[in-house]
Amino acid sequence: MSAPETGIGAGRRGGRKGDGGSATFRKIGDGAANVVVREPGRFFALCLDTGRACFVWPFQWREFIQQAWFIVSVTVVPTMLVAIPFGGVLSLQVGGLIRQLGAQSYTGATAVVAIVREASPLVTSLLVAGAAGSAMCADIGSRKIREEIDAMEVLGINPLHRLVVPRMFACAFVALFLNGLVSVVGLLGGYFFNVMLQGGTPGAYLASFNAIAQLPDLLQAEFKAFVFGITAGLVAAYKGLNAKGGPKGVGDAVNQTVVITFMLLFLENFLISTLYFQFVPSKGM
Amino acid sequence: MGVEIRVEGLTKSFGRQVIWQDVSLTIPAGEISVLLGPSGTGKSVFLKSLVGLLKPDRGHIWIGDRDLPYLPERDLYETRKLFGVLFQDGALFGSMSLFDNIAFPLREHTKKSESDVKRIVMEKMDMVGLLGSEHKLPGEISGGMRKRAGLARALVLDPEILLVDEPDSGLDPVRTSFLNQVFIDLNAQIGATFLIVTHDINTARTVPDNIGLLYRRHLAMFGPREMLLSSEEPVVRQFLNASKVGPIGMSEEKDESELEAEAKMGLDSGKLPPIPPQQMASDGMLRTGMHAPGAWCAAHGVTPPPGSFIDDLGRNWVEEWPRYVASLTPVGAASAPPPGGMPPSAPPPGGPGGQFPGNPPPGRPGGAGY
Repeated sequence: MSAPETGIGAGRRGGRKGDGGSATFRKIGDGAANVVVREPGRFFALCLDTGRACFVWPFQWREFIQQAWFIVSVTVVPTMLVAIPFGGVLSLQVGGLIRQLGAQSYTGATAVVAIVREASPLVTSLLVAGAAGSAMCADIGSRKIREEIDAMEVLGINPLHRLVVPRMFACAFVALFLNGLVSVVGLLGGYFFNVMLQGGTPGAYLASFNAIAQLPDLLQAEFKAFVFGITAGLVAAYKGLNAKGGPKGVGDAVNQTVVITFMLLFLENFLISTLYFQFVPSKGM
Repeated sequence: MGVEIRVEGLTKSFGRQVIWQDVSLTIPAGEISVLLGPSGTGKSVFLKSLVGLLKPDRGHIWIGDRDLPYLPERDLYETRKLFGVLFQDGALFGSMSLFDNIAFPLREHTKKSESDVKRIVMEKMDMVGLLGSEHKLPGEISGGMRKRAGLARALVLDPEILLVDEPDSGLDPVRTSFLNQVFIDLNAQIGATFLIVTHDINTARTVPDNIGLLYRRHLAMFGPREMLLSSEEPVVRQFLNASKVGPIGMSEEKDESELEAEAKMGLDSGKLPPIPPQQMASDGMLRTGMHAPGAWCAAHGVTPPPGSFIDDLGRNWVEEWPRYVASLTPVGAASAPPPGGMPPSAPPPGGPGGQFPGNPPPGRPGGAGY
């Protein structure tokens, strides 16, 4: 054992697990070129492959329903618990500002802008990324580490079609409903705070709400939620399928999933909002 | 009948590290081959390359007339149906019971009725000694049981090629012997091509028809069992005798001073141990891929080490072999597959209540259609 770099440890590289979970490979893989070019490239390759796998018959309905139910079970309660104070705090802040400007009767209008257009997709994205994406990545990552994914491929089954596509759609499907839930719960919270705590009148709240609100507000929010769900599912699948290096590798993958998903979702949120204002004119009063 | 695997000039590296290069070998159809090598020589990587889970940098893997690394995805998935693979840890699906795990390939790739699926699964579970554990989850059983369940799952589609990654790791010696017997009997029954990656010298010496040895990023040698067991090539000799004396050191390779010291002490001139007789298929089955004992040595003018081919009962299998083969012929087509032909497919053991035969008949009842 004179030269450690050719020793037993070196021999283990690429040995047992075979796909390079060693420190050396990670060092090579962590270069700037890799972060800027290779990782996004491989991610988009996975997106394309998954897109193709969407059209392979039969669709895995069973897996889809199981996963949707699973995602609902980990997101619904936290979503509501986040949405109530979120709606409340927006009403308090914006309501306070509006009162200073002397337009207190328009508090209801701010709720539309704040909650339906922006806050509910954002809260949805937080929960989809933090709860659903991380759980999905942990599931797929641990399957990868246990060689289940390899076994599936050897048995002639495409894991993208079998595992990733139903999860991705389940995530998007649940995100749609979560967004609706956050809108409703957030508006109720806002109404409660405005009417009960800030002394606003119910009539003014509803009237100004109707003056500003339009259907495309809700539709764009639902569209955002759908895109967020798809994105979270794809990132979780990509990170999970590329997990390496044992249990710690799964932990790393989950961590990266949450961070990357957050960044992507906030970026997408910004882009979609910008486009929305370009294409849909605000309602006049 | 098994399928031949022809590997030509295969090279694989991860980053700048070459795992192995220029590996060329032909794994003969219907025979059992063992791949050996010190830890970390990329045996598992080789196995994964053979099923297309890893793409080699260069070279070809011919399965019949299909070149595996360059197949389009759909053909690759189709070709993989020829394979059964037993992974190191069994690679069972953690969310499914053992029964569902083993039934999974049948439900995915065949249109069998649930009762047929149940019969085949129970038969395979019996074969690997897991009857009674069918409702357990993979997390609830020991590593050895997971391995055997993985084997049962690899077998349900009656593969043409069976790749086995370290069947003996984490298994006690008795179960290892039983498992080796299962491999040999399976080979006799379904005639599949076997490639077993192992560290177990006893397995390597007695089970296979062919042995290969990976060492220092190259295939040191691949050939009939007798060729390697009678070889004077230092690496092969050292590995197959699990000896400290030879070029393989603790850190891959010994330096020259160590080798000189060994040579001075005369450690390297010892005699080769005798070649043990090959393990036979049970129940009077004859494997079509099995080579006659001593045939390779005789054909190549090699004198086997004294005491070779003599079993525990003192029978010399070079003399015993013709008698043994002759004794099998009258048993009939029911148990001995005709040389070179397909194993006879016995009719499915039907009848009421006859779903779980205690002793599966040779041949494969209800071969899966794919």
